[in-house]
Formats: sequence, structure tokens, C-alpha cells
Amino acid sequence: MYRYDELDRTFVRQRVAQFRGQVARRLAGELSEDEFKPLRLLNGLYLQLHAYMLRVAIPYGMLNAHQLRALAAVARKYDRGYGHFTTRQNIQFNWIKLAEAPDALADLAEVGIHAIQTSGNTIRNTTTDEFAGVAPDEIEDPRPWCELIRQWSTLHPEFSFLPRKFKIAVTGSPHDRAAVRVHDIGLRMHRNDAGEVGFEVLVGGGLGRTPLIAKTIKRFLPKQHLLSYLEAVLRVYNLAGRRDNIYKARIKILVHEIGAEAMSARVEAEWATLRDGDLGVTEGDIARFAAYFEPPPYRERPARSEAVEALALADPAFARWRKANLFPHKVPGYVAVKLSLKPAGGPPGDATAAQLDAIAGLCERFGFGEVRVSHEQNLVLPDVALDDLPALWRALEPLGLATANIGLVSDIIACPGLDYCSLANARSIPIAERLGRRFAEIKRAHDVGKLHINISGCINACGHHHVGHIGLLGVDKNGAEHYQITLGGRADEHAALGKLLGPAVPYDAVVDAVERIVETYVRLRRDGEIFIDTVARVGVAPFKEAVYVAA
Amino acid sequence: MIDVEFSSKVVTANRLHDGAVVFRRPDGGWAVRVEEAAVAPDEPAAKALLGAAEADALAALVVAPYLIDVETRAGAPMPTFYRERIRAFGPSRRFHVDVPSRHP
Repeated sequence: MYRYDELDRTFVRQRVAQFRGQVARRLAGELSEDEFKPLRLLNGLYLQLHAYMLRVAIPYGMLNAHQLRALAAVARKYDRGYGHFTTRQNIQFNWIKLAEAPDALADLAEVGIHAIQTSGNTIRNTTTDEFAGVAPDEIEDPRPWCELIRQWSTLHPEFSFLPRKFKIAVTGSPHDRAAVRVHDIGLRMHRNDAGEVGFEVLVGGGLGRTPLIAKTIKRFLPKQHLLSYLEAVLRVYNLAGRRDNIYKARIKILVHEIGAEAMSARVEAEWATLRDGDLGVTEGDIARFAAYFEPPPYRERPARSEAVEALALADPAFARWRKANLFPHKVPGYVAVKLSLKPAGGPPGDATAAQLDAIAGLCERFGFGEVRVSHEQNLVLPDVALDDLPALWRALEPLGLATANIGLVSDIIACPGLDYCSLANARSIPIAERLGRRFAEIKRAHDVGKLHINISGCINACGHHHVGHIGLLGVDKNGAEHYQITLGGRADEHAALGKLLGPAVPYDAVVDAVERIVETYVRLRRDGEIFIDTVARVGVAPFKEAVYVAA
Repeated sequence: MIDVEFSSKVVTANRLHDGAVVFRRPDGGWAVRVEEAAVAPDEPAAKALLGAAEADALAALVVAPYLIDVETRAGAPMPTFYRERIRAFGPSRRFHVDVPSRHP
């Protein structure tokens, strides 16, 4: 992974010192809230429902063991002993005190992490495939490019006050695990007819109150032009994006209003002035950035482990975990393992300090000291030797991290909702917990198969409900929490927005409604057909009937 | 004109140094328990309460004070709407109760 040099270290420490001064002036009453708010937001500090919330950047979801331990220490020392991983591969602490926030940031600076640009109208953390560098279907490792984007976009003077926030995601694989089509800019690596690797550039995707799927504005961008082209897109947006209405300020509105062709033409015109400037990425740059992501020292191993096969035969629980939580690796004898942060009846995406510390130890013992955060709010050990799986599984079980439900009905994506968030209209976590308990029986979840439920507590859609196979959106209806249900959304390379099923259902009815939807699918599915394909085949009508008529 | 529809109000804010949800007490201090809040029975009282709270915001004690509707339960104010109840009493469930940390 990228390693800070002295310049980086000095810079991040200076930034903490600067923020410490700003906090002191605020506490002394020398800065008003109006003056201070933009300063704290530039350092990832929000004021939420019950306390300040600190959002810490995890660049493209990569963490090493030292950083995990530092996050655990922050959770213990400055928070209530846990953190929450987000759909943008970051971590949030929910109970931070303003007076202590600089200390927390100072501790994190020592392990090379910070909260810069995790809020505000800036370019946010660039996200990517949680299997980057190990996925067998990968065309090229996207992480060097993510790091290049990170360095270009961090404190970019021209783009520190954009019309609105700006999110970039990159995938290096044909199967999109980074949801690039619902980002402000999605970059998809692919080969052109000449066999060269470059980027398809998609712009204007996003969820929130105006959900839109990104449109392609450049089919093939040669790699060396990545930064100049991104600069051109951002410049067009910065100048033409609306600043008069916060709800119309994202780039998706601009692209929607002028159309993809006009957007492409404007970007090309701007790019013509930039492409031969000093933002060109040289072969030397590529080599230097790629060197940070060199493959670890894999050993030659057999592609099959007798110990694993034997345990899978002997123990159905292990067999189910192997089936759901393991993912193929490009090196024979290795697998990527997802650690579920979705225990039955627990809040999705939360990890306690004890879990974070334990995972730090496990990634050193079963891997090369590194973990990934997935945008589905789980963690990944990317390089586990097959023979180590039984020992790893036995270590994960008592930690509550071996729930065999990845990609299944109880692997729910949820925002913090009204339990924490000052923007929310309704709670998300208790709905996720109830659904988790309803489908707690792992055998049943496996029988239902692949099914993504996404829950957002308000229209801002942090839980990505529009792209859930089943999406739940919390709304306030006559002073009571209700949930709109959408079906058929997906965030992958076939990205689509879910269709609204009907009127919102009350808090106490939503779990039953989801269960009826799942039962309807089980009744209607053909052999081997997953939920989303059944919805595509039969439409929403039978599900609508199950929820509203049978009720 | 008397507004017969007026619902009693208390003033709430977040405490500046730690963000805690607080309610203005009759003595002008701030309490973390909504039960201790000063209740404004009418519009002029609510205005006065909010004005005093805004002075505390300028004095860097609290952030963004505002009025909320309350009902009286067992002689004490209770927020009328569920959002404000969650603000007043914390997340609807204590998550990770068994987790050790320095803060309660």
C-alpha cells in the first residue's frame, strides 16, 4: 500500500495542529459556529443527533494492521468502543467530543490516516473494488490509479469549494464491485481493440433525491491522460454546476440538463487546453505508483486443500461459510475472505474495538497484514492461504465475524439512520436488525440465495436504497416512521434503479412486508434464478400483491 | 389573539464541547435530561426561552438551539415527536452495551 513519506507525515501533523488551534478558538468563543462549521467539516467532523461524528478516510478501502489498531484505540479512548464502516469504505465514530477531536486525529496521523475531505464540497475518498489486486477477472489493479487520484484531488486548490460534494469510483474488473455507475465519476478499466488498457469515463451517476445512472462521456481514455481528463471534467462542473440550489448542485443534474453529448463536448474542449500540460502521467509515474501495490510474497501452493475439503464434509456450518464468504483469488492456493459485519440482529457495518484489534492480528497471521473495507460494509482479508481457512474460521467464530451471509438476505447495507443522523427521517438500524433476526437461520438465508437489501433513513440515500434488490427508504408520514419499498435495483455493471412498489408501510409492518416479498420470490423462482432475475422476469406486480393485497 | 392550538415547548441544543443533547433549565443552565427543561406554555414564553438560548449560543456554550413541542407526562415534559424523543433519550437501543470504553 501507499506509504507516507516525510512530506506527507509533516503535512498531516501540521493539519492536525491547525485544526487544534481552530477548535481552541471555537471553544473560547472566538469563532462562531457559522465560521467554524466549514473548518470542522473540512476535517470530517459533523455535529449529529447526539454528538459529534468523525468520519475518517480509508483511501480506496485499504488498511494495514497498525491502522486497524489505531482505529480500535480511537474507538476505545475517544468514542464508545465501536466504529461504523460506511458505503464509501470509510469509518465513522459516533460519539466524539469536539474538545477531543484533535487528539483523535493526532493519534490517527501517526499511522498515516486522516479525515481530510471526508466532508464538504470537495472530492471525497476515491473508492474501488474490495478485491483490487487479487480478483481473477481483473484487467489491471486499479489501486495505483486510485492513489494517483487521491494525491491529485487532495487539497486541490481549484476544487476545494465545488458546487457540491464529488465522488469518484474505479473498477479494474468487468464485474463492477465498486458501483461506478452511481458515482459522480465512474472509471471502468478495459481494453480497446488494440489491446491497450484505458478508462471508460462515466459521469453524472448518483443516488439521493434525484437518482441517476452515470452516462459514458468517453469510451476509451488512454491511461496517461487520466488526471488531465479528470481535471477537465471537474473544471467544467466547477464552472457550470449549479450553486443556486443545493438539490440541483451535483454534476448529475448538469449532465442530465445538458445531456451526455454536450457534457462530453464541453469536457473535450476543456481537455484540449490541459491534455498536453503537466498533468500527464508518465511511464515513470505509473511504475512508481504501481510499486506501492506490488503483490505480496505469495508462496506456491496447491489449488486444493484436503483439510478444507474434510472440514466442509464434517461441518455444515463451515461448508456454508466457505460457500458464502470466500471469493476467488488470482493466485492458486489463496482466497479472499469476507468477514461479515452483519451478525444476525446486529447493526450493519459496526465493528467494536476488540474486533478491530483481533482483525489486525488475524490479517498478520492469515495474510500480509492488510485488510480491505467493502462498500457493502464488510471487511476483507484479501490473501488467505487455503490451508489456513479452518484455523481462520475457528478464530472468527468467537469474535462474531464468521456469519455465513455475504451477499445474502441478511447482509444488509444500512445508513446510521435516525438513531444517529440529524438528517434522517426514520431509523435504519433497528429495521436491519429485525430483518437480520427474521432471516437469522443461515440455512434459510442460503436457500433464498443472493439478495441485497439496502436501507436508507432519508432521501439522501446513504444506504443506497435505489440500487438494492430490495430497497427501503425511511420517510416521515404524519409524524410516524414509514418505509417506501423499491424492487429491482442493482449497483453492478447492469446498474438499475429500483421500482417503487406502492405506498410506504409503517415501521412495524416493514419486516413482514419484506418477508412476503422474499416468500413470493421463492414461490415464483425458476431453478437457479436469483431474486433480481425473478423480479426482472415477472415484474413487480406479484410482489405488490403480496405486500398490499395479502396484508 | 390567543392561539388555542399552541403546544408547550422546551428549547434544545447541542452542548458545544461534546455535542451532547441538552435542554434549557428554568435557572438558565442546561440539562441533559429533558425532564429538567423549562417549559414555555405560550408563544411569548417560548420566544423568551429561545432568545435566552440564542445568547448562550453566542457565548459558545451550545450550538443551534431550537424549540420543540412537548407533552406533559407524569408532571414532566416529554418530546411529542419521535425524532426529538430519539434525540432526548439516545439511540432506540444501546448498541454494543458490553463494549468497554472511557465514555459512558
